[in-house]
Amino acid sequence: MDIYSKPIAFAVLAVVVILVGTVVTMFIPLFMPATQPPGDFVKPYTAVELEGRDIYIREGCNNCHTQTVRPLRTEVARYGEYSKPQEFAYDRPFLWGSRRTGPDLNRVGGKYPDSWHYQHMDNPQAMFQQSNMPAYRWLAQARLDTSYTAKKVAALGYGYSPQDVQRQLDDFRARVTAVDYPSKEIRNKVTPGALKGDLTELDALVAYLQKLGKDVKTVAAEASAPKAAEAAAALKNPYEGNRESIEEGKKLFAENCSVCHGADAKGKLGPDLTTKKKKFGDTDGDLYASIAKGRPGGMPDWEKTLGSEKIWKVIAYLRGIEGKQ
Amino acid sequence: MKSNGYDDSVVTGFTFSALFWLIIGLLVGLLIAAQMFLPALNLAPWLAFGRLRVIHTNGLGFGFGLAGIFACTYYMLQRLTRTPVAFPRLAKFHLYFFNACIALAALSLFAGMNTSKEYAELEWPLDVLIVVMWVIFAINVFGTLLKKREGQMYISLWYIVAMTVAVAVLYIVNNLEVPVSWFKSYSLYAGANDANVEWWYGHNVVGSVFTFPILAMFYYFLPKSVNIPIYSHRLSIISFWSLVFAYLWTGAHHLMFTPLPEWIQTVAIAFSIFMIAPSWGSVVNGYYTMQGNWDRMRSNYLAKFFIFGITFYGLQTIQGPTQGLRTLTSFFHYTDWVIGHVHMGTMGWVTMIISASFYYMVPKVFATEVYSVKLANLHFWLILVGQLLFTITLWIAGIQQGAMWKATNEDGSLTYSFLEAVAAMYPYWKIRFVGGLIYFAGIAVFTYNLIMTVRKAKVAAPAAVPRPA
Ligand code: HEM
Ligand code: HEM
Repeated sequence: MDIYSKPIAFAVLAVVVILVGTVVTMFIPLFMPATQPPGDFVKPYTAVELEGRDIYIREGCNNCHTQTVRPLRTEVARYGEYSKPQEFAYDRPFLWGSRRTGPDLNRVGGKYPDSWHYQHMDNPQAMFQQSNMPAYRWLAQARLDTSYTAKKVAALGYGYSPQDVQRQLDDFRARVTAVDYPSKEIRNKVTPGALKGDLTELDALVAYLQKLGKDVKTVAAEASAPKAAEAAAALKNPYEGNRESIEEGKKLFAENCSVCHGADAKGKLGPDLTTKKKKFGDTDGDLYASIAKGRPGGMPDWEKTLGSEKIWKVIAYLRGIEGKQ
Repeated sequence: MKSNGYDDSVVTGFTFSALFWLIIGLLVGLLIAAQMFLPALNLAPWLAFGRLRVIHTNGLGFGFGLAGIFACTYYMLQRLTRTPVAFPRLAKFHLYFFNACIALAALSLFAGMNTSKEYAELEWPLDVLIVVMWVIFAINVFGTLLKKREGQMYISLWYIVAMTVAVAVLYIVNNLEVPVSWFKSYSLYAGANDANVEWWYGHNVVGSVFTFPILAMFYYFLPKSVNIPIYSHRLSIISFWSLVFAYLWTGAHHLMFTPLPEWIQTVAIAFSIFMIAPSWGSVVNGYYTMQGNWDRMRSNYLAKFFIFGITFYGLQTIQGPTQGLRTLTSFFHYTDWVIGHVHMGTMGWVTMIISASFYYMVPKVFATEVYSVKLANLHFWLILVGQLLFTITLWIAGIQQGAMWKATNEDGSLTYSFLEAVAAMYPYWKIRFVGGLIYFAGIAVFTYNLIMTVRKAKVAAPAAVPRPA
């Protein structure tokens, strides 16, 4: 039989040839639990986080940001624990991305306080002059449309009732509009008057960003907490009072820390560091632990990005400016 | 209708639709290229990088790419079967319907209706329209093939049939989604499964749109242009079947080091390496066709488009499998290097072949000669220089970017912050923009040349102009 003169037979054969690889590498894995295992430690998105995720998709953030940390040494140092398949059980669609014009975001949840994100989304260049990220001012100026939220969670099978959804939305609104909301000042600055008491698209987006990787971090933090505290108490700064190191520390501070703690270290998004009394303890060991491991509420961990030497130099610099009002 | 009985009105219609979407897509490309070093250009929600990048890729892949493919397919199909298109009215409808789909697609993407899955961003109502559009096309392809007066199907028809069936399977499976409103849906698959389905699609849709039909054009228009038959029929048989077989195994080379099971990644690497063989089968077939007649690179203005085009295809199909290897992907994945890879394929291979095919086809349809060979040569050099400046710059940029991401100090901490690596890219991104401008100038010359060719024909012999069927 001459297949090259029979178009239909030819087409059928072509389909069969195409389907072999398709079945082996795509179709069969769909039914193998190991491809996308469920994760006990991963919680589905709340109604607000889901709306935030949809805004992330609408704006095409995935065109510049990935959400998967590869198991490579430098990548783990830069972003944190590498990504596990379980984490993505609720991701429809997946948002791993294919291009890193901006940094990976799979571990960004809890790394910074909400205020950091409000300010950053409003004007990235005001925080990082060299950044090429667009300013997303319009998000704070748009009321969050929740008319489909209940339908969305139903389609995704999260198991929330419409009442649950309403409660989640109300609770979250109460949280970000409360008088004692820690990021109130900056939220109020970027949100127009009429929307201050309401949920905006930016509120939802920030909620989503704060969820990314949080479940994984919680598990890891619980496992390592006691050991770290013990080790920290015994530490002493090797560069204390060293002039050169203090100069270097000053430069490092300007590059890495001033965004949140202010150019004069008197505090902005993060606390004032010029006082003798520090929020998380005053010894060298406490300071080292704060910087190296991070603190809840938005202090990132710097150990893997800066390394211990540079951290000690920053501490030497801070010791030089503290208490001098 | 002309004496040969072929209906070429849709050929012209699709040719100029392709040029229209090419120019739109390139203007958007230039804007996003500028936004990468001038973020103040993100002027409004619908003009922000995240939305525009998708319009660039869809506009060029599906607007320019598909229109060019349809134009050449309607042309080749009729001649290779020696049969007029089976349903000319349906073909006409296809032309208008296609353009309406692409226009709606662009509008919806501007508005942020977007599923986020690469090259499958359109929301579900548009997916339905695209499937209908594809079925209309397939009816004419198979309708004409079934009526054919030529016994054997030539190589080009194999690739057209493969594209027709592959795109249908890929598009439908990857776009299965659960709608929640007219403008919003969620993928049927979750997490790693969604990623695996997406890149099975993503890799193969690039193959089905930017490889199969472009090879169809190459196998038809190169021999026609230089007047030499293709070197080896047997080699083309082997290349064809091994290419369509191996392509479908390789999607996971886009997902190296992700949480996707490792065996799928390993299989993808192996088949990617194997792909060099069938790809180079076509390259070698092209080179040998020219054997003994290389002087036509000078005397025939179309030969150099085809030979440079297939050469970029050859380079692309070596670079691709290489950058999929574990050590190299860990360095180059996510960097500007990959953007260089993409644009050698699209600005080198795809554009070169479509350009030459149009130059061959349009004068034939209008029974005339091309308006200016000089301008065609200028067009060639502009798109060649523009593309090389663009891609070589980004390969260098990608190496530096990858190195900065990986650099560590003695104590194991990172040498550069992410932002330092961004700042280091600005000079490269500016040069890329210039490369894009040069390439764009070439496309402007191309468009002018084709418009003038049609004008000239209309002035010379109004009767030769194909009337609407
Ligand atoms: C004037 C010429 C062009 C310019 C200035 C341009 C610019 C760009 C830019 C800035 C990006 C985003 C890169 C990034 O995220 O880092 C991009 C991506 C892309 N462009 Fe172009 N482009 C041009 C021509 C083309 C052509 C002719 C095609 C196809 C026919 C094309 C297809 C694509 C594709 C598929 C991507 C996505 C790549 C990926 O996701 O890895 N481009 N282009
Ligand atoms: C043997 C043939 C080829 C192989 C094995 C191959 C391999 C690859 C690999 C491994 C990547 C992913 C790089 C990364 O993200 O780290 C890639 C990306 C890409 N390649 Fe190829 N390539 C081949 C030929 C082509 C051709 C002919 C084109 C047509 C123009 C093309 C267009 C693209 C595009 C558009 C992307 C970007 C996808 C995205 O991330 O959005 N490739 N290729």
